Amino acid sequence: MAQKTSRHWLLTLLGWLVACLLFFPIFWMFITSFKTEVAAVATPPQLVFQPTLENYVAIQDRADYFNYAFNSVAVSVGSTLLSLLLAIPAAYAMAFFPTKRTKGTLLWMLSTKMLPPVGVLVPIYILCRNAGLLDTRIGLIIIYTLINLPIVVWMIYSFFKEVPKEILEADRMDGATTQQELRHVLLPLALPGIASTALLSIILSWNEAFWSLNLTTADAAPLTAFIASFSSPQGLFWAKLSAASTLAIAPILIFGWLSQRQLVRGLTFGAVK
Amino acid sequence: MSSSVVVRPEHKTPPSRPQTTRQVSTLPLVAPSVIALLLWMIVPLVMTIWFSFQRYNLLNPDAQKFIGIDNFTFILSDPGFWISIGTTIILVVAVLVITIGLGTLLAVLFDQDFWGQGIARVLAISPFFVMPTVSALIWKNMLMHPVNGLFAQITRGLGLGAIDWFADFPLLAIIIIVSWEWLPFALLILLTAIQSLDHEQLEAARMDGANPIALFRFVMLPHLSRAIAVVAMIETIFFLTIFAEIFVTTGGGPGLATTNLAYYIFLKALLEFDVGGASAGGLIAVILANIVAIFLMRSVARNLDT
Repeated sequence: MAQKTSRHWLLTLLGWLVACLLFFPIFWMFITSFKTEVAAVATPPQLVFQPTLENYVAIQDRADYFNYAFNSVAVSVGSTLLSLLLAIPAAYAMAFFPTKRTKGTLLWMLSTKMLPPVGVLVPIYILCRNAGLLDTRIGLIIIYTLINLPIVVWMIYSFFKEVPKEILEADRMDGATTQQELRHVLLPLALPGIASTALLSIILSWNEAFWSLNLTTADAAPLTAFIASFSSPQGLFWAKLSAASTLAIAPILIFGWLSQRQLVRGLTFGAVK
Repeated sequence: MSSSVVVRPEHKTPPSRPQTTRQVSTLPLVAPSVIALLLWMIVPLVMTIWFSFQRYNLLNPDAQKFIGIDNFTFILSDPGFWISIGTTIILVVAVLVITIGLGTLLAVLFDQDFWGQGIARVLAISPFFVMPTVSALIWKNMLMHPVNGLFAQITRGLGLGAIDWFADFPLLAIIIIVSWEWLPFALLILLTAIQSLDHEQLEAARMDGANPIALFRFVMLPHLSRAIAVVAMIETIFFLTIFAEIFVTTGGGPGLATTNLAYYIFLKALLEFDVGGASAGGLIAVILANIVAIFLMRSVARNLDT
């Protein structure tokens, strides 16, 4: 018994040590956001200090912060809704009416994810410029939808696959139409799965940094671009940078914490249960 | 995009299903997604191919003309291009090895029952949700900064002097940052896989006198192989095109030390305004990605069957 207890405590120690090490950079950023700029670069680093909200106030004063944040929300939610709209019917068809091409279509969709964005940066840039979509939220929404569509189709497909066929059959016997079947039976059953798909899509869009850095300048620039604009001043505004970063990641971090279980199921495409 | 795995998107009506009376035509349901992705794949690709045979510099767009394969010979004879390919491979392989290796060990650890395990796990997976630009800035300014960074302060406090990470070990610094971002992802998925392992089977093996290492090697690892394949595939998709971390920290330097293929093409296109050269480089990147994709797709296809 004594041996078992000591093992338990050793594991607890080890587990928490690893967790704290991995979380430390985020913790440090969070702490720094409440320091004054002087305290933020103090030697030795201060763990105990007089907390201040001045950095958050300063960020708030930069009125454009909320513009960036609004862009992030609009673009990630917009692209997620659009990709769900495209993906749900496709996943429904492929999950319940598979043909011999279904597997190939699914794999082909995933293979479009392999396309390195830089390979098509120039044409997409030129297309967006000519269509007047450069630095617009609509432009980013379209691109994020296309980037995430393969993963969204895959996830919803694997969630639909888990719905017992018998339920749908019974419903069909009762004379339900396809639309009724989708709306009243399938969607409620698959709702948790669709929700976690939406969460992942929002997380991926929120954090996407290649297209947002290259296709936006000011009007439609999301938080990724806002944060990147801080990369040039050499450590002059660490506390303010930390405050801005904290604001930028807090919503998505909480999203992630709440949905971690469902995220895994979706992310592995049902290959790992 | 991947010519080898392209499937034509038409769908025939499904085979007759005796248990239902209704035939559903799947074409209108699947078509929007397929057409959107086809356009997304083909239009830019065709344009890239077109540009790659042109002399086209945005600074002097009037001089645009067909120059055959000059862009390709120019790119292929540029030592920077080959360096960037080497850097890409090192980056992908190093981060894959670190995240999967450490991720497996940590997954075993977090599978154990210990006090506060749920909260510890949530803390450990948090880096995955942080946007790459933020992670890169935290590491660059607050941890790896040679004067005020925490690492420098600690090593100096120990009398060891400070390491200027981005000057002396730039690629290692990038590898560390990306590994930190993706270790939680590997941990999360491998942990789920371990938890699905039949614990009675483990118990039986333990009863038979198997030591922990043998248990891990012969019971757990085979069970994990599928999850590891999934992790490797998803991570490779993202690692081949690492951009933000480099953009924010080193800008590809010093010299070309941290310029991967993605960043090399970015430099060509947006800093040198050489659309023709960048397109040729992009096309080569697409071809290389296809080679990787073929192997990855095979492993996924195998997983689909069961």
